[in-house]
Amino acid sequence: MSTKTEVSLIVEKNWCKGCGICVAFCPKNVLEIKNGKVNIRDLEACIQCGQCELRCPDFAIYLGGK
Amino acid sequence: MPSQLVKEYFRTENLPHIWCPGCGNGIVTRAIVKAIDNLGLNKDEVCVVSGIGCSSRASGYLDFNTIHTTHGRALAFATGIKLAKPNLKVIVITGDGDASAIGGNHLIHAARRNIDITTIVFNNNTYGMTGGQYSPTTPTGDKGTTAPFGNIDMNFDLCELAKAAGATYVSRSTIFTANMLIKQVENGIKNNGFSFIEALTICPTYYGRKNRKGEAVDMMVYLKENAINIAAYDKLPKEQREGKFVIGEIYKSKRPEYTEEYQKIIDSFSEGV
Ligand SMILES: Cc1ncc(C[n+]2csc(CCOP(=O)(O)OP(=O)(O)O)c2C)c(N)n1
Ligand code: SF4
Ligand code: SF4
Ligand code: SF4
Ligand SMILES: [Mg+2]
Repeated sequence: MSTKTEVSLIVEKNWCKGCGICVAFCPKNVLEIKNGKVNIRDLEACIQCGQCELRCPDFAIYLGGK
Repeated sequence: MPSQLVKEYFRTENLPHIWCPGCGNGIVTRAIVKAIDNLGLNKDEVCVVSGIGCSSRASGYLDFNTIHTTHGRALAFATGIKLAKPNLKVIVITGDGDASAIGGNHLIHAARRNIDITTIVFNNNTYGMTGGQYSPTTPTGDKGTTAPFGNIDMNFDLCELAKAAGATYVSRSTIFTANMLIKQVENGIKNNGFSFIEALTICPTYYGRKNRKGEAVDMMVYLKENAINIAAYDKLPKEQREGKFVIGEIYKSKRPEYTEEYQKIIDSFSEGV
């Protein structure tokens, strides 16, 4: 069941350098590093705070959609 | 597919960028772009000028009028651009070495003139591009390629320097407090005069490794834990200030702006004809 249909969390895997910054500062533990790249492990937990997008040095994760 | 923001303001054909994994430069660059977007500026009215260094490569990724100049001279180019086209919003992107070592003289005089330029210093406490030599902002005792036994120089407080030299907007933030940085860039651009914004950022590859600061995340945590807002810092007893640094809007004032004063001289002659 998803109530978060308006905005989605998008990853540009080719640009991700696996630094782990987004993983470390996500307040809801949504993200992980898998095979050297970011991976969304628990989308349901995402509160769309945008902190991952704010601090990703590679513009590789962001809230988008609509 | 990149985000709307990135699509709108970046030369996406040049991405992904060249910076190392975990380098803070991308966070600062995005913050600048976000501030420009928040202000709703027309892209053609913005000119981004940078010097030389890892940080200065940011201009090449941005889809405004951009010019990647020579080491230390971004402010000299920017001054010329602003005088020729005073209506442009001129933004200077520079590193701690670029701005305060080779370019230190340009910095103090641009501040003294209060010319309407917004300067954002990407301060990673080192010369990243050339392999981690110490810079004027490398803390005393820290290591660099050129200071294998520790830096014996006192490091500059860039904000105090800019303030003393005459800047009319002076602020500092970190890449952890990136939202604050965005707001500061907005306010800096809005200030009609010389705005100086110090963005504390990280170079995990050289400064981090040489000084055993850990990975990018550890360096971010350090910024998070040791940055103190100016209001709180002022109330802090001296002994608790050790190792902490101020973030926030440090100084604001009003003084005549250089290109406007220059225009008055020009007008005084044309009136006489
Ligand atoms: C006239 C001149 N002197 C020296 C250099 C070599 N050089 C290139 S970048 C740099 C320092 C860059 O440090 P900083 O401005 O802090 O940028 P960072 O790479 O750390 O972002 C130096 C000394 C140069 N390119 N030109
Ligand atoms: S938007 Fe917030 S909660 Fe969602 S993944 Fe990003 S940091 Fe985590
Ligand atoms: S912050 Fe960006 S580059 Fe770093 S792991 Fe997350 S998505 Fe990848
Ligand atoms: S050398 Fe340092 S400043 Fe340069 S891109 Fe790598 S991490 Fe960033
Ligand atoms: Mg530097």
